[in-house]
Amino acid sequence: MVVSEANPRAASAGPDGPPAIHVHNVSKTFRLPHLRYHTLKERVIHPRRFRGYDELRAVQNVSFDVQPGEFFGIVGRNGSGKSTLLKCLAGIYRVDQDDSTELDIEGRLSPFIELGVGFNPDLTARDNVIINAIMLGLSQKEARARFDDVIAFAGLEEFIDLKLKNYSSGMYVRLAFSVAIQVDADVVLIDEVLAVGDSAFQQKCYDEFLRLKAEGKTIVFVTHDMNAVERFCDRAMLLERGEMVALGDPDRVARQYRELNFGRSVKGLSEENRAGDRGAEILDAWVEDRAGDRITASGQGERISLCFEVAFNEDIENPVFGYRIRNEWRQIALAGRSDWSHGSSGKFLTGTRVVVKLRMDNLLARGNYTYTPMLLRAGLGDNALDIREDYTGLIVHSSMVTGGQVDLPYDLEITPAP
Amino acid sequence: MSTGTAYAHGPSAFGGGLRRFVELTVILARTDFKLRFFGSVLGYLWSLMRPLMFFGVLYVVFSNVFKLGKGIPHYPVYLLASIVMWSYFIEVTTNCVPSLVGRESMLRKVRFPRMVIPLSISLAAVFNLGMNFLAVFAFALANGVDPQLSWLELIPLIAVWIVLASGVGMLLSALYVRYRDVQPIWDVLSQILFYGSPIIYIVAYFNRLHLQHVAMLSPIAALNAQMGHALIGNVPLSGAAAASYGPYAFPNAAYAAGSSLQLLVPLAIVAAVFALGYWVFTREAPVVAEYL
Repeated sequence: MVVSEANPRAASAGPDGPPAIHVHNVSKTFRLPHLRYHTLKERVIHPRRFRGYDELRAVQNVSFDVQPGEFFGIVGRNGSGKSTLLKCLAGIYRVDQDDSTELDIEGRLSPFIELGVGFNPDLTARDNVIINAIMLGLSQKEARARFDDVIAFAGLEEFIDLKLKNYSSGMYVRLAFSVAIQVDADVVLIDEVLAVGDSAFQQKCYDEFLRLKAEGKTIVFVTHDMNAVERFCDRAMLLERGEMVALGDPDRVARQYRELNFGRSVKGLSEENRAGDRGAEILDAWVEDRAGDRITASGQGERISLCFEVAFNEDIENPVFGYRIRNEWRQIALAGRSDWSHGSSGKFLTGTRVVVKLRMDNLLARGNYTYTPMLLRAGLGDNALDIREDYTGLIVHSSMVTGGQVDLPYDLEITPAP
Repeated sequence: MSTGTAYAHGPSAFGGGLRRFVELTVILARTDFKLRFFGSVLGYLWSLMRPLMFFGVLYVVFSNVFKLGKGIPHYPVYLLASIVMWSYFIEVTTNCVPSLVGRESMLRKVRFPRMVIPLSISLAAVFNLGMNFLAVFAFALANGVDPQLSWLELIPLIAVWIVLASGVGMLLSALYVRYRDVQPIWDVLSQILFYGSPIIYIVAYFNRLHLQHVAMLSPIAALNAQMGHALIGNVPLSGAAAASYGPYAFPNAAYAAGSSLQLLVPLAIVAAVFALGYWVFTREAPVVAEYL
C-alpha cells in the first residue's frame, strides 16, 4: 500500500476544530457464499453444506479526513470499492466491526448518494418532488415551501403535472438534481452524478456544488471523470482493490488514476498481439527514465529510453531492432528501425541475451501511448522475429495541449518583410 | 468500537428522529395507496368493493349452499366484519413479504429507518380498514342490529389486529430478503389460517366438536369471538342451533374460552409474534442492503 501523504490525518487536521468526516481503519467485507441458498429447503436438507463462503474485501483499512467545506473526490477503477466506501460513509452498509475502526461525521449528513432515488415513473413531477424531498430529509412543510424553487431551478414549470415516465432522461436528471440541492445537509455524498446530463447541465451542477461549498458544506463525490477531479476537487483519493493508494493533490491523484487505468489495459493485450517466427524473442520491454528506473509516465521533454530484452534462439546476423509508438487513436506517432539509422548490428549467437535501449528526448504531445518493440531479420521484407504489439503503455504529461502529435522544439524568427 | 456516531453500524430499524420517521411512513403509505389504483377507472372504490365482493361470494357459498349460518341471527354481519378484518390482515402481510426486496434501489441508496417500510404498508391498510368498517356498520344497521356502546370495543380489538399484522409483516419482510420461499409458504399458511379460524363460521361452531376452549387459544379466534360479541351482542339461540352452538351465537371471548384468564394465551401469542417480528427485523435492518 502506497499512501502519498505520510500521515493523512496530520496533513488534513485543520485549525478550525474536528474534521467533517473522520475515517480511520474502515473496512467492509462482503460474504459471498460458494453456493448461495435462496430457499429454506436447501438449508434444511443441507444444514452444513453451504457454510463455506468467500470473503470479498471491498474496502480495506481506509483512513482519511475531510475538512468542513472541502470538495473531496474519490476515484478508482470499476470495482475498486469507491461506491462501497461511499455507502459505508452514508451509513447504508455496516462497516466491519473492529476495535480500531473510527467513522465519524460531523453535522447533518445528506441521506442519499444518488439522484432521483424513490422517483416513481407513474406519478407526476409534483408528487415525486415532494416524496423525494421527504426521503432526502426535508419535512413535508419545507418540501412544499421549496417546491417552486425546485421546479424553477430545473426549468420544468410547464411539465409539473406530467407523469415522470413521459420525461426525457435529461429532464429527469434536472428534476432529481434540483430536489437534491434543496437538502439541508452539512455533508453531501454523491455517487456518479454526472454520468448523465448534457455538458451545460453538468456545468450548472458544478456551479451549484461550488455554491454549496462556499456555504461551508462538505462534498464528497465519486467519479470517473478526471477532468472534474482536476477542476473542482480540493483533494482526492485513489482506491485500487479496496485499498487507498493515493491521497492528496487532485492533479496528482488524477494522473495516478490514468496511469493505473491505462497501464493495465495495455498489458492485457500483450500475449495476443505477438507476431514473428521466434528465431529470437523479446522477453520483456519497458520504458526507462534518465536514471534508469522503469516508468509508465513521463513528462514532455524528458530523456527516455525504449528498452527491450532479447534472447536469441538461433544464430542471427544483423537483426533489426525497431519500435513503434501509437497514440490513443492507433495512429503511429513515432517509429524507427536500427538498420536505417545505425546500419548493421552484428552477429548474435544462439543463447545470447541482450538488452536494447533506444534513447531519445520525449517530444510526444500530451496523451496516452503504447510502445511496440520489434525484432526483425535483416532485409526489407516482413520477416519478423518477434513483434509484441502494444507491449506497454506510456503516458505523457505536459502543461500545454498543442493539438499536434509531437511537439518539436523550434526557433522563432521574425524579420521585416522585404 | 470507538465510533462516536452510528454511521459505522449501518442503517437501523428506527432512528433519524421521530418527525422524519412519521413523515416517511405517511408519505410512503400515501404513495403506495396512490399507485395501487393507478390506471383503474373506479380507483379507490375497488379497495372498498373487494372485501364486499369477497363477502358476497362467501355468503352465497357458505351461507346458502353449506348453510353455515343457519339458525344464527345476524350471521351475515359477523361474516362481513370478520372478512373485513381478515382482508386487512392479508393485505398487510402479503404486501409486506416482498416490500424490502421491491424497494431495493431505495434501500441501497438512501439512509432511512427501515421500519418505515412495513409500517407504511400497515398504515395504508388501516386506512382501508377504517373505510371498510363504515360499510360494516351500515350493513349491521340494515340487518337490524341495534347500535350499541360495545361497538367502541372494536377500537382496542382492531389495535390488537394491527399489532398482530405488523408483527407478522415485519417478520415476513425481513425473512424474505434471505429466503425467497417465504412467499409460497405464506400463501399456503394464510389459507390454512383462513379456513382453520372462525372467520366464515362462528367460534361457537367448535362447541359441537367440544373444541371451543382449544380453538380460543388462537388469537384470530379470540379476536373474532369478541368482535362478534361487541358488534352484535348476546343473541340467544334456540332449538337445533342452541343444541350445537350453545346458548349464545356470539358469546364474549371470556365465556367462549372458558375463563378470562385463558384469554392471556392468545394475547401472549400476539405479543410474542410482534416481539419476534420486531427482533428479526431490527436484527436484519443494518445488513438488509447487502443481502438484497
